[in-house]
Amino acid sequence: MKILLRGLTKRFGLQTVLDAVNFEAEFAHTLALIGPSGGGKSTLLRLLAGLDAPDSGEILVNGEPLPQDEERLRIHRSHTGIVFQAYNLFPHLSALGNVMLPLTEVHGIDTATARDRAMDVLKRFHLAEHAAKQPAQLSGGQRQRVAIARALAVDPAFLLLDEPTSALDPEMTAEVLDVIVELRESGKPIILVTHEMGFARRSADRVAFIADGGVLECAAAGEFFENPRQPAVKQFLERILKY
Amino acid sequence: MQAGFFIDRPTSPARPAAKAVTIIILLLVYSGLCWLAFSHSLKNWEQVWGYRVTFLNGWAATIGISAAALLLSTAIGALTALARRSAFLPLRYTAAAYVETVRGLPLLVLVLFGFYGIANAVGWNDRVSVGIVILSLFSGAYIAEIIRAGIESVGRSQWDSARAIGLTPVQTYRFVIFPQVLRQILPPVAGQFSSLIKDSSLLYIIGIPELTFAANQINSATYSTFESFVPLGICYLVLTLPVSLWTKYLESKVRYET
Repeated sequence: MKILLRGLTKRFGLQTVLDAVNFEAEFAHTLALIGPSGGGKSTLLRLLAGLDAPDSGEILVNGEPLPQDEERLRIHRSHTGIVFQAYNLFPHLSALGNVMLPLTEVHGIDTATARDRAMDVLKRFHLAEHAAKQPAQLSGGQRQRVAIARALAVDPAFLLLDEPTSALDPEMTAEVLDVIVELRESGKPIILVTHEMGFARRSADRVAFIADGGVLECAAAGEFFENPRQPAVKQFLERILKY
Repeated sequence: MQAGFFIDRPTSPARPAAKAVTIIILLLVYSGLCWLAFSHSLKNWEQVWGYRVTFLNGWAATIGISAAALLLSTAIGALTALARRSAFLPLRYTAAAYVETVRGLPLLVLVLFGFYGIANAVGWNDRVSVGIVILSLFSGAYIAEIIRAGIESVGRSQWDSARAIGLTPVQTYRFVIFPQVLRQILPPVAGQFSSLIKDSSLLYIIGIPELTFAANQINSATYSTFESFVPLGICYLVLTLPVSLWTKYLESKVRYET
């Protein structure tokens, strides 16, 4: 998968979160976006997802520019698997209902086929026994796994995960990271914002460091962590890997 | 364990036996006091009994008017709440102006102005339908606010999730927002229904033969104030207490599920 950002700018009010970012990355499976909070990682992910539109500049995914108009952005979103930090699921629907909703309403699949497909994905993530439960009856880790199942069930072109484990305790984090590793092995490209440095190092092909409204450094995971070139990156890694 | 006069935790852990004994004693004490104070003025039942059909007709009218106004005000409230979320500004501001104006005026003023002012001017003389419409416009503004609050109580993350899976705005409201709003607003809407029943009493001022009007009429004819108005109060309580209990039940259910 290949992404290309050209002069990408995003402002919220007076604050410029992404400032004319030029960036290119090609990776086989997983690109991890890391960096300090408020540096623009999640904003970039939302732009890639088509949830927000940039103020200027453009994004090319595999050579195709992202559309500008809302209707075509909606279609882009429907073919992209997006998982947020928390509260992804619709609380009034069961786990199965959550996975089925995009299949039946967005992709026009009939109910019986959608149910079969949703159950297949839930089974794959060992969630079959929880299919009838409402999100409130699931643990945080189970909820995130259902959210990933929902994102995956529509057979998206790629997956965008925005700090999917930040709201979870260490055990549930491991449970969700296992699922992400499994996804990686299935060959679906993933772009992931994460604070789990160990995970980024072991599972990402490439790591991009985003801070102060731009991409400061991007390298293969091993190289990035062994030998960061930018002083700011070095400092960041030293600080967070200290304990 | 030392017990204080005030409860120092969210709920009161009273024992069932203490509750039952307290309620029975209070009932006896208060009804005894009422009997001592008012028994000498509660003796003209025969004459009032003669008017029972008037009274029951009034009661039926109150129930009918309240039910009709509930349906109409729910529709008005839902449309107004949607209008307040419209991207088309004139519609949004019109809805906001309606809600704020109605909520800023006493119902009695609306009833008098609506009937003697507007309805008379356009030659609409059917008191009952005018009354239902005025009551619905009044209650609709409050229901619009309940629904608006319900929509706003659905978190930003739900809108994001709905957009993320590719739902259109109409689908987002239908499959994600409204089902959650409905659960949230049922208790306050039930409470609004209770208000509606009580507020319908003000329609007596424009001569609609509902319950209060009937009681007032019986009082004028028999000079039996207590015998006319005590059943009036009881009849309202018979309607509003079940609604109020139902509201409490709905509230406890919503709390449990979230």
